Amino acid sequence: MKKLLKREGVQAFLASIICILLGLLIGYVVLLLINPNGATESIVKLVQNFFVSKRANLRLKNFGNTLTKTIPLIMCSLSILFSYKVGLFNIGAAGQYVAGACACLYAALGWGWGWLPCMLFAMVIAAVYGAIVGVLKAYCNVNEVISGIMLNWIGLYTANTILSSVKETASPYTLYLDKENPSALLPNIGLDKLFNNSTVTIAVPMALIIAIVVSIVLNKTRIGYELRATGINKNAAKYAGMAENRNIIMTLAISGALAGLGASMLYQTGYMRWECTQSSVPAMGFNGIAAAFLGGLSPIGTIFSSFFIQHITDGGSNVNTNFYSSQISDVISSVIIYLCGFVLFIKLTINKMISRSDEKKGAKN
Amino acid sequence: MLLLIQYTLIFASVLLLVALGGCISEHSGIINLGLEGIMVIGALGGALVMSRLAFLPPAVMVLLALLAAIVLGMIYSCLLGVAAIHFKADQTLVGTAMNLLATAAATVFVKAMNTASNPDNHSSEIEYVAGRKMFIVNINGFEFNWFMPLAIVAVVLVYLFLYKNRLGLRLMACGEHPQAADSVGINVYKMRWMGVLISGALAGMGGLCYILAGVSLWKFENGVAGFGFLALAVMIFGQWKPGKIALAALLFGLFRALSNTYMGFPFLASLKLPSNVYNMMPYIVCLIVLAFTSKTSRAPKAEGIPYDQGMR
Repeated sequence: MKKLLKREGVQAFLASIICILLGLLIGYVVLLLINPNGATESIVKLVQNFFVSKRANLRLKNFGNTLTKTIPLIMCSLSILFSYKVGLFNIGAAGQYVAGACACLYAALGWGWGWLPCMLFAMVIAAVYGAIVGVLKAYCNVNEVISGIMLNWIGLYTANTILSSVKETASPYTLYLDKENPSALLPNIGLDKLFNNSTVTIAVPMALIIAIVVSIVLNKTRIGYELRATGINKNAAKYAGMAENRNIIMTLAISGALAGLGASMLYQTGYMRWECTQSSVPAMGFNGIAAAFLGGLSPIGTIFSSFFIQHITDGGSNVNTNFYSSQISDVISSVIIYLCGFVLFIKLTINKMISRSDEKKGAKN
Repeated sequence: MLLLIQYTLIFASVLLLVALGGCISEHSGIINLGLEGIMVIGALGGALVMSRLAFLPPAVMVLLALLAAIVLGMIYSCLLGVAAIHFKADQTLVGTAMNLLATAAATVFVKAMNTASNPDNHSSEIEYVAGRKMFIVNINGFEFNWFMPLAIVAVVLVYLFLYKNRLGLRLMACGEHPQAADSVGINVYKMRWMGVLISGALAGMGGLCYILAGVSLWKFENGVAGFGFLALAVMIFGQWKPGKIALAALLFGLFRALSNTYMGFPFLASLKLPSNVYNMMPYIVCLIVLAFTSKTSRAPKAEGIPYDQGMR
């Protein structure tokens, strides 16, 4: 037992579970304060999400919907995680996600491209968009959080303007992808039949593979080592002959590419359309922060934490809307992010407890 | 033109108040990225007072609304204080969480309140027409807002506090070299708490000012549209000095005001640019300005680094 607790991975997992439980508890208390009558039922339904459906068929379909939306979240949190390992807080992932969405939708609807070119185009545009943050950081010393936020808003208004040219005349939404250009829809490779849901696509296995690749690149390759070294100590990395400016720009370009891919993996399923009048940056990039930290900053952990965050976000619509609003799940996930700030403290406490009991044992012997 | 001046001044007041908050917090050594969230919570407090207590005499109502914004802002900033000062948490992460939490919590709260008073009302809006009028004096079409002089007073006070006051100088020492400050008997934790709380009060006021700028109804789902971060950019552009921050706030306020008023200028209207271009303007200007000024930035040396007594 004690040996198990000493392991880094186990500690990270425990810390995440503690964060989740506390987050849910606080969410439950908020519901209780608003109206004690339906609180228990609502929080249970929120956690159940698609399990609420009675028919197995529908349950599977809703599971598919959650999965479809988990994919871009995994990509966004990989984007944030990748930068964080290099010591950069890429809050601009939300904007890079927007850039990717704008690129793939315009390529698909305006130019009639096929799915793969659209996806690659989204990736490239988002990578360039991310690289802007990197260049500003490397050569002008601009704090990446502030430039990221500014680029989020610039991206949002740009996307709204560009995508207005491919929107329906009667509504603020972009045209239906499956009607205008079905060739831009991601292939299903049979997953649609498995889930009885046409939005489950090749994106699911792709995202899982990318998560594994990111993990390998960060931990097992020279470039990953260099990037992490730059993150830990920029000056030491420079002294050791690593091109720290190039590393910063490359990191943010890769982060951008990941976020942009995520957008393409959602919008090219036809599950969602872009709303050209939206006045806030999509929450996906910000939820990615939650998923990255909840996953203990490990690419594989991210897969599970992303699914959990999306699970409770979707579950939020199950609460009794006579009293509560679905944003309660946003409250829960933001509380979880806040608590992730205490992970270091939780790990320290666990270690202290272990060494104290070790000491006691030593004294007895 | 009058309208442009009016909007410039009011947006500059918002940015100024919030940027001064960020400035004090950073001088104490804590990066406050949660300013945006604190603004939302402060705005919520002010909006509640304005919508519920508008029957009071104007002076009392104005003071109460301000007080509500300040107190709620300070309480909310404690989230940052506890995590960053005592638990050595990552300040960027905590600030981001506070921003997300504020919008979500304010939405849930306002929706619950609206639904409780009217079961069919699921909106996240608070309306405060009467309350807003009390903040404003109409001079020949120019809407003079009490926040404009307040912002100027705040600059002077912050300047006096930081540079002409023992407490303020001690606070700044904690942002430059906390170990040295501690060695001469200054309580670093106390000073940092003071920095965080003052920034909470100022940002809370700024939030209230923001929702009073042009409208008399606020939808809390929208948050404050990146104003907290614009304020941080103002602070960096102002080189962490109150006087320069005031000038920077005016510049940014002008660009923000343009998006509200460009239709009134025949020259700008004739360009027929999409309105989104003007919406983007403050953010683009901010990026350009930061690109040119960050190189020589004079940030407090120890900002963002948790204070560890054992490091002395």
